[in-house]
Amino acid sequence: MRGKPGALAVYAAAFLAFLYAPAILLPVFAFNDSKVIAFPLSGFTFEWFRQILDADSLHDATLNSLFIAVSTAILATTLGTFAARASTRYRFPAKAGIMGLVMTPLVLPEIIVGVSLLVAILQLGIELSLWTIVLGHVLICTPFSVAILGSAFQNFDKSLEEASIDLGRSRFATFRLITLPLVLPGILASLLVSFTISLDEFIIAFFLAGSEATLPIYIWGQLRFPQKIPALMAVGTVLLVASLTLLATAEFLRRSSIRRTGTDAAKGLM
Amino acid sequence: MFAASEFSRWRRTEGFKGLALVSPPFLYALAMLAAPLAAVVLFSFWTQDYLTLDRTPTWNNYRTAWSETIYQVLMLRSLKISALVTAATVLLSFPIAYYVSFYIDPRRKTLWIFLITIPFWTSYLMRIFLWKVILGYNGVVNGSLMGLGLIEEPLTFILYNQNAVILTLSHAWAPFAILPIFVALERIDRSLLEAAEDLGDGPLRRFFRVTLPLAMPGVLAASVIVFIPTIGDYVTPRLVGGPNGLLIANMIELQFKKANNAPLGSALAISAMLIVAVISVVFLWLNRRYIRSRG
Repeated sequence: MRGKPGALAVYAAAFLAFLYAPAILLPVFAFNDSKVIAFPLSGFTFEWFRQILDADSLHDATLNSLFIAVSTAILATTLGTFAARASTRYRFPAKAGIMGLVMTPLVLPEIIVGVSLLVAILQLGIELSLWTIVLGHVLICTPFSVAILGSAFQNFDKSLEEASIDLGRSRFATFRLITLPLVLPGILASLLVSFTISLDEFIIAFFLAGSEATLPIYIWGQLRFPQKIPALMAVGTVLLVASLTLLATAEFLRRSSIRRTGTDAAKGLM
Repeated sequence: MFAASEFSRWRRTEGFKGLALVSPPFLYALAMLAAPLAAVVLFSFWTQDYLTLDRTPTWNNYRTAWSETIYQVLMLRSLKISALVTAATVLLSFPIAYYVSFYIDPRRKTLWIFLITIPFWTSYLMRIFLWKVILGYNGVVNGSLMGLGLIEEPLTFILYNQNAVILTLSHAWAPFAILPIFVALERIDRSLLEAAEDLGDGPLRRFFRVTLPLAMPGVLAASVIVFIPTIGDYVTPRLVGGPNGLLIANMIELQFKKANNAPLGSALAISAMLIVAVISVVFLWLNRRYIRSRG
């Protein structure tokens, strides 16, 4: 089906330029020696990165976000493991409905998730805190975890477990010795993706936050002050590098998980 | 006794094991999604006066949400913008998905998909803010156009209005449209295209008679995946929309936060969700009928 791509190739290049436009400007302004975010550029500086080191409220927000992201990653991956294992291994009543409900947050507007949790939490008289943000983030990260682990479990050769049980291992020992090592890369990939999504999530966190800010909430607050913007560019650059490192690791792990369970790597995310 | 043995037999079935295993994520979704959504529905029939909540059921919030001009204007504007964003995103994304699926070496396809998703791991808020920098009065677009001598005065119609909201949202949702379309295109059996060619279809006819109908499930999935969530974004309109670019999500946020009228906010949220759900269902139904009538 290979013909001459011509116009399409030009379009693809232009489209990539459009996609990358904001991401490329981020480091450009993070190193630009000017308080004003505009061209022409005025010189090279580390000043904005140095300011990151001195901003105490930024450090607090970062620690809060790390706490939320780590908790979310662990909880969402645990729930995702149960759901992915159940849906790939068993047939059970109302399967489509149950899996549909678990996956719903993927297509629900985030404001609906935020608003409904806020109403429920306030009605129960629970005080807003970092944990209430975790509740919301686990909800939106679990579907991603199910998708990632689903592909890891799907490719899993059942006969390996059956062989282990036939050879006299208990169910638990089989899980620990056979299942877990084979799907471990998938689990790590799910942890990393959930962590990254939670770290950057703003819409839900803004509704469910108590008095303590997360990193995106901190950024939202600072966007109002023009003199703070260059430092935000530096923060954004650090975040971008960190996210890409984590996601590249996740993708590497996901592929090695698929390789270990013995099917081809190109499928997976698709 | 009978029931007990029945139960213990049932406990060993595949159905029970599956249900037991799926119950933690299922119960979590029930408690954190289904129950809170029910609470919002309940709330939308109550009344709030600053801090006191009146639990007498009333349609007043819905009456306000559907009859007052401000809410009508915001709702219609939101639907219009979501529809335009969906159309723009799907139309812009299709050629790129087509290019990757049909013209890229199979071994490099994953790399291309990766290239397309990378920019979206830039902080969401910073990405929107950077569009402000690109589109602004002294921004990148105006700077380059004036530098090239194409315009004398900076263009002002590109920021702080609905165009800017549409552009920024289309950018944000592009990968969510590209991926399902790409997957649908990948599933097309290439021999069907050869058959069409052998039977005398030119490239254009072949595209519209074979490729596009077979890619339709991906296009529809992309449309719904973009259309529904964009109705809930209040950050993009706030940052790049200007006074006439504010949307229903901004109003919902305002009711829950500053205006302290959660019941009205709930009624607005439920109304918005119902409208997008109905539009999506009708849209999918019409398309299915269309595809079936041709197949």
